[in-house]
Amino acid sequence: MSSAAPPIPVEPPGTFGQRILAGYTWLMILYSMLPIGVMVVFSFNQAPNGHIALRWIGFTLDSYRHAFAIQDLTGALLNSLMVGAGSALISVILGTPLALALARYRFWGKTATDILIFADIAAPAVVVGASLLSLFLALNLPRGLLTIFIAHVAFNIAFAVVVIRARVSGLDRSLDNAAADLGSTPWVAFWAVTFPLILPGIAGAWMLCFVLSIDDLITTTFVAGQTLTFPLWVYGATKIGTPPQVFVLSTFVFVGGVCLALFNFAMSHRKQPAT
Amino acid sequence: MRRLRGKLAPYLLSLPSWVYLLCFFIIPLGSMLGMALAVGDPLDGYTMSDNFSEFVNAFTSFEDSFIRSFWYGGLSTLITLVLAYPVAYWIAFYGGKHKATFLFLIMLPFFVSFVIRVLAWEFILSDQGFLFGSLKAIGLLPQSFHLLSTSWAVIGGLVYNSFAYYVLPLYVVLEKIDQRLVRAANDLYASPVSAFTRIVLPLSAPGVFAGFLLVFVTNVGDFVNADLLGGPGTYMIGNIIQDEFFVNQDYPMAAALSSLLMLLLMVSILAYSKAFGTDAIQEYAA
Repeated sequence: MSSAAPPIPVEPPGTFGQRILAGYTWLMILYSMLPIGVMVVFSFNQAPNGHIALRWIGFTLDSYRHAFAIQDLTGALLNSLMVGAGSALISVILGTPLALALARYRFWGKTATDILIFADIAAPAVVVGASLLSLFLALNLPRGLLTIFIAHVAFNIAFAVVVIRARVSGLDRSLDNAAADLGSTPWVAFWAVTFPLILPGIAGAWMLCFVLSIDDLITTTFVAGQTLTFPLWVYGATKIGTPPQVFVLSTFVFVGGVCLALFNFAMSHRKQPAT
Repeated sequence: MRRLRGKLAPYLLSLPSWVYLLCFFIIPLGSMLGMALAVGDPLDGYTMSDNFSEFVNAFTSFEDSFIRSFWYGGLSTLITLVLAYPVAYWIAFYGGKHKATFLFLIMLPFFVSFVIRVLAWEFILSDQGFLFGSLKAIGLLPQSFHLLSTSWAVIGGLVYNSFAYYVLPLYVVLEKIDQRLVRAANDLYASPVSAFTRIVLPLSAPGVFAGFLLVFVTNVGDFVNADLLGGPGTYMIGNIIQDEFFVNQDYPMAAALSSLLMLLLMVSILAYSKAFGTDAIQEYAA
């Protein structure tokens, strides 16, 4: 009935809707940050009986002064940092060649490899942990730092492969061919040409693996035995009352992690104009 | 010689990872299946059997927890999708120069350990905490109000922890959509709603499903949220597996339960790769 009406002028897509979406995005960012804000704020709260108080009592730096006072907790954090750095390094070393293969070659078994990597990422932590525990029990391998390390590499490899592969795919293959034409062996070409170019990807992959390793609780509970990592210690403490040092140390980890990420971000952007 | 090496190169390059994942991902899954079939106890040792009754047993004894895990997992994934989609959409389409910054802000919680994030929520939601306690003190909430130990606290925790995991795959696929398509639809008098439902939504389907799979599988297997934010009535299958391993030391039962969970994973991956192929399967994963 309104066929004769002039067409409604099309509004440039969403000035109003766009604003709502922008506001919503900021709201969700705030929501993401809420527990972290609470953690940082309450790390400055007084803790009368050595446990984190549920209400604000008063500002104090005591918990920071005694940040490393709980030896087990500090030890657990050191375990976590060690396993994180080590397993991330091994994952990157094992993952880089596979990432190169997947990004540059078509080969028999490529689909199977794709599925394997995806399965490793998608596998629920409970299953990864329980299955590794079954293996360690069957082999009679005592659980400890080594088994935690093995488990963390097992779930980190796949993430390393995916991140590095994305970087390799973005590279110009002709650079490698040029190196080959100039008579360099693939080995030399890799170290002289490819490696420096994918280094930001490798660094990013290492960071991601490090973070995932430090973060992991579920897989680690199965394979840790009596050894404690930072999340395991905290998880155990939740049953009996959490000391304020937990919030203090994870504030340190948070700040350190953010600085490292910003540094990595700045470095990879500094190199951008050259590529 | 050089030709041969060229042919062999991809195999040599994939060998280290394959060997590692074979030893510590595939073989363990096999040994878990084996343990589920074993009969015996930790003291006298185990013997293999071919009775699959443990699987039936595992399912029937913990039917409630299985159903609850799938219910929590499904609902929390759906809520996360609804919350994450607009964020990914806005960053991909209107993020401009600051896309990376917004993504970084979304990722920030990852720098705090998972267990601490859940702990902080326990802290925020506690009955006498600074939030509900204060609201109760000024009479805005009835004294009997509580959120902790309910299903909603657990689902809320799951949603919070999967939010960033879902934004990423959605962003990856939305970012690739050619925005001229949307403009063309507008030029052809499509309403914003139909431009969205007929162009943007179908094109983002692979990311929606990949994210759904990743988040759903993770949430079904989670036990930390249920443990810290839930109560006795919120036991999920992950809690049971943990109890069977470490409290009851019934390894065959624990292994049977996790094998069932693994089955879920395999079915989902198969369904996904049938529907969307395996080429881009990893792209949405990290």
